[in-house]
Amino acid sequence: MNNLHHPHFLSPQIDIDSIQKLSHSKVLIVGLGGLGSPVAMYLAATGVGHLVLADSDTVEISNLQRQIVHDTFQIGQSKVHSALRKLQAIHPHLQITPIQQRLEGDLLDAQVKAVDVVADCSDNFTTRFALNAACVRHCKPLVAGAAIRFTGQVAVFLPSLPQSPCYRCLYPDIEETAETCSQMGILAPLVGVIGSLQAVEIVKVLLYFGQPLCGKLFLFDAYTTQWRILTLYKDVNCPVCNHTLSADVRL
Amino acid sequence: MMTITVKFFASLREQLGKSETLLSTSKPLTVSQVWSQVCDNISLPAHILTAVNMEYVEANTLVNPGDEVAFFPPVTGG
Repeated sequence: MNNLHHPHFLSPQIDIDSIQKLSHSKVLIVGLGGLGSPVAMYLAATGVGHLVLADSDTVEISNLQRQIVHDTFQIGQSKVHSALRKLQAIHPHLQITPIQQRLEGDLLDAQVKAVDVVADCSDNFTTRFALNAACVRHCKPLVAGAAIRFTGQVAVFLPSLPQSPCYRCLYPDIEETAETCSQMGILAPLVGVIGSLQAVEIVKVLLYFGQPLCGKLFLFDAYTTQWRILTLYKDVNCPVCNHTLSADVRL
Repeated sequence: MMTITVKFFASLREQLGKSETLLSTSKPLTVSQVWSQVCDNISLPAHILTAVNMEYVEANTLVNPGDEVAFFPPVTGG
């Protein structure tokens, strides 16, 4: 422990054991864009000990409007190495594993298996479904965030709980859309709101306190400043988390 | 005769130009029927997500008079 994390002690739910637990925790962050930026920065500042960063892209000037872990000095650099530099400045003792490629196949499985929590900060359903299936296979918590235009969503999936739905229960039958932030637009601070909430949920899951958003879908409409929390149920026909239907979760 | 409260979120609110409408009915309707009745008989698009009384449901779920139905789009950006 060091003075960097002293303010946590203002909260009775987070004691010295919690700080030590965080420092021994490992989180996989998939996507270092608008959502991955605040997730990575807050987890680094909170004292999580090891972040695995996965993104195949390089920093472009059009990213900087919302992807606050990157800056103008890093244009043209890989996003994972750009983020590494900023995160180490926030928390010098932080261990970082940069992966400058899409997580797929055996690499995806190996990385998911080796962490405590997975943060889905990606921007497409293909990646999201692959991450979800890997989290179900390896029984790892998944904290998923998404945002576009004025709207954001956050949900927590805990495959260790038999009643927990999975991401596929939320989107059972959907095709890939072309609605990316760069094409459809995004209110820049909205990804800060959604990513910060993901970071809050990740810390709660890592430390087993409070009530995580498991079995819930948090919907935020920045245009009207309204939010709703919907109850999600496990889909009995889900091809991913209903193990009685599918023993080999490869979807 | 009672009403079903119908809410539209995010881009649906923008596309339809309204965030809420009331539907008068004396009998239960499915979520799909509610959508059709308030959207000029257009079928409910497959990708639209639906909730009844704050619970995420499928489109064939029955909605009773007095219930609230919410429609919202999928979100995948990040």
